[in-house]
Amino acid sequence: MSGALAADLGIAFARVAFVMGFVLNLGGLLTWVERKQSAVMQDRVGANRASILGLRLFGLFHPLADAVKMLTKEDFVPARADRALFLAAPIVSVVFALAGFATIPFGDVLRVGGREVSLQAVPLNAGVLYVFAMLSMGVYGVMLAGWASANNYALLGGQRAAALMISAEIAIGASIMGVCMVYGSLDLQAIARAQGAHWGGVVPQWGILSQPLGFILFLAAGIASTKRTPFDFPEGESEIIGYFVEYSGMKFGMFMMADFLETVVIAGMTTALFLGAWQVPWLFRDGFHLPGGLAIALPQGVVALLQVGAFILKVVAMCWLLMLIRWTLPRFRYDQAMRLGWLGLLPLAILNIVVTAAVLLLVTR
Amino acid sequence: MSPTAPAPAPFKVLPVRRQTPAPPRQRFYLAEILAGLGVTAAHFFRNMGRWLGGRKGAVTYQWPEERRPLAPRLRSLHRLVRRDDGSPRCVACMMCETVCPAHCIYIVAAEHPNPDIEKYPERFDIDLGKCVFCGFCVEACPEDAIRMDTGILEFSAYSREGLVYPKEVLLALEPAGPDGLPTVAPPPALVGRGRD
Repeated sequence: MSGALAADLGIAFARVAFVMGFVLNLGGLLTWVERKQSAVMQDRVGANRASILGLRLFGLFHPLADAVKMLTKEDFVPARADRALFLAAPIVSVVFALAGFATIPFGDVLRVGGREVSLQAVPLNAGVLYVFAMLSMGVYGVMLAGWASANNYALLGGQRAAALMISAEIAIGASIMGVCMVYGSLDLQAIARAQGAHWGGVVPQWGILSQPLGFILFLAAGIASTKRTPFDFPEGESEIIGYFVEYSGMKFGMFMMADFLETVVIAGMTTALFLGAWQVPWLFRDGFHLPGGLAIALPQGVVALLQVGAFILKVVAMCWLLMLIRWTLPRFRYDQAMRLGWLGLLPLAILNIVVTAAVLLLVTR
Repeated sequence: MSPTAPAPAPFKVLPVRRQTPAPPRQRFYLAEILAGLGVTAAHFFRNMGRWLGGRKGAVTYQWPEERRPLAPRLRSLHRLVRRDDGSPRCVACMMCETVCPAHCIYIVAAEHPNPDIEKYPERFDIDLGKCVFCGFCVEACPEDAIRMDTGILEFSAYSREGLVYPKEVLLALEPAGPDGLPTVAPPPALVGRGRD
């Protein structure tokens, strides 16, 4: 009995550790990707000077150098700031950004010693709602930062962030409804499994094919919810100064980290909902079933490995796409972003719901 | 003109041509955004492809390991041309000091032991903090004694006084190589020479 309990605990710990390790490492790596990818896109070389014993490794030590710099900088708290909230704000930001990835499935099931383990950190039957809840909670960190800094510019930045989040969240929620209707679930693992079917045995039923408009709307709103360019007016790093203007050292670093973690979460959500999550085309639990009728049997461990690998590949590719967008588009003005959210994304998302519902009704009749 | 006609306005109102609204394709964002992403993604893949092929994708120079070739006529840090015995070719005629628009050259003339040469510069200082690199001194010199062909652009000092290069420093410099790059190191920045 206690042995089974220990095994359960071990499995739960391993799942959470995998997700935490994946998200944290990818988030940290994204600071390097951001520098290098922007450089390659702009015909530059990018940060490559940080070295350990003359070893540069394409600038991979720059995230480490960043961490050292931020940890050794002066940790400044304004005299009139609300100390407790000022300290809590970056923690709130990072914690909820990290927690967002918990229900995103990174694989199907793995049979270990007679038990079936669903490969996601927390199997939850309302996983979609959970991710939104975490993304929405993240904005509290931003608002707290703006409020607790005792700085009017920070307060205005926090207010801009709150306005952006509200207009983005509604569009996200509405754009995702189509996917939930098509696959008939709010459980991300169930949605992932449903995307494993094929039309005519050839074309995988991924969300991007069944909900193309929903994909575009979700991507736009998702980028807005990460508060990165082109929707970075809450921060406005270079001129309009945002909610973290009073932050320095690692507290500022945590806000930056939260942005990257949210990028990973949005990439994971897009993968789970629209890119078939961990699905590999024509790969089923017992191996490949190619459209020509050819079947290749694979042991379930290899299948699980392929699925996890496919999931990681898709998330990394989505992160690349988000970076490409971030380094291509200029910033939206405040009113432009509001107009886009309320007059562009939201009506289109509602239209998407209506059309999807009508089509589903006709198909199931 | 009848007396009842209104006096002409003292100013003229010009019609303002308002910007025409953007075409629908641009206002719809999506097509334009995809076109923009295509441009940046093309750069990304082209540069990555070049890098994988062993060539450089970036157009930037990795200074200081990699230096941009300089034009042969570039005006860089001055040097004083030497005679065969190592003494300056300068005869302290004050032409360069006179023509200098920035007043950055300071010469003290002295009697040269050779009566054919008459004078030589006891002091020849150039204040590089003031110099505007116009090259007039080179043009004015009747003896071809000062040139701006060292290719040295990266000289620095810890104070304004440190940027005043005396005769000895200027005499020690050499002309640039065929690629326009310097053949000698720039004069060292001397610590603690100035007041600030």
